[in-house]
Amino acid sequence: MKLVYFAWVRERIGKPEEDIELPPAVATIGDLIAYLKTRGEEYANALREPKAIRTAIDHVHAQADTRIAGAREIALFPPMTGG
Amino acid sequence: MDSPRIVVQAEDFDIEAEIARLTRGNSNTGAVVTFTGVCRDEHGTLAALELEHYAGMAESEMREIVTEAAHRWPLTGVSVIHRYGKMQPGDRIVLVVTASEHRQAAFESAGFLMDYLKSRAPFWKKEHMRDGSEGEWVAAAAGDDAAVARWNEAPKRG
Repeated sequence: MKLVYFAWVRERIGKPEEDIELPPAVATIGDLIAYLKTRGEEYANALREPKAIRTAIDHVHAQADTRIAGAREIALFPPMTGG
Repeated sequence: MDSPRIVVQAEDFDIEAEIARLTRGNSNTGAVVTFTGVCRDEHGTLAALELEHYAGMAESEMREIVTEAAHRWPLTGVSVIHRYGKMQPGDRIVLVVTASEHRQAAFESAGFLMDYLKSRAPFWKKEHMRDGSEGEWVAAAAGDDAAVARWNEAPKRG
């Protein structure tokens, strides 16, 4: 699965993107965030407050209960501040 | 409505040219509203703002938001230009241009587009401080989501 990170999520994790193999039990966005937090201190730090994390699957906004089956690219980022 | 112009670019934009694009050859347009978002210096403390974006999703999300606006108001044209990269105070960051037969639709839809862009389009701002200290990522304003919710309490038609 290709994961991409933006803004302070990217800075705290320390990379803009990566390809990782997800365990089969990771079925939703919420599962993904919980799994990533176990991958190391930098992930735990970036994802400490799941409510502050926004996500998108293949460029479409997703929620904690959105299923990730079939996704090509999942993005994790802070609340948006454009405009 | 003509197909909307959705642009994400590093370069500045020409507001006069964007207005002309929506009025030229469109004699039924009686109102054009423009909104321009400008980089502030936060009372002299800010040297620059760095705009990061999610290429691909930024454009598709902007298109979604414009499509929603076109469902809600009878628009004759829409252009949305959002810049990325480093902005100095005074630089223009975002432009929304809405055109309609009568003014109400153009005014209201411009406000709607900006409220939605701020909380749904994947852009993030990082501050660069004038005193050289490490700046912070700008936090989303508490009122941003409320501004979006406001549009769904009483959907309006122009």
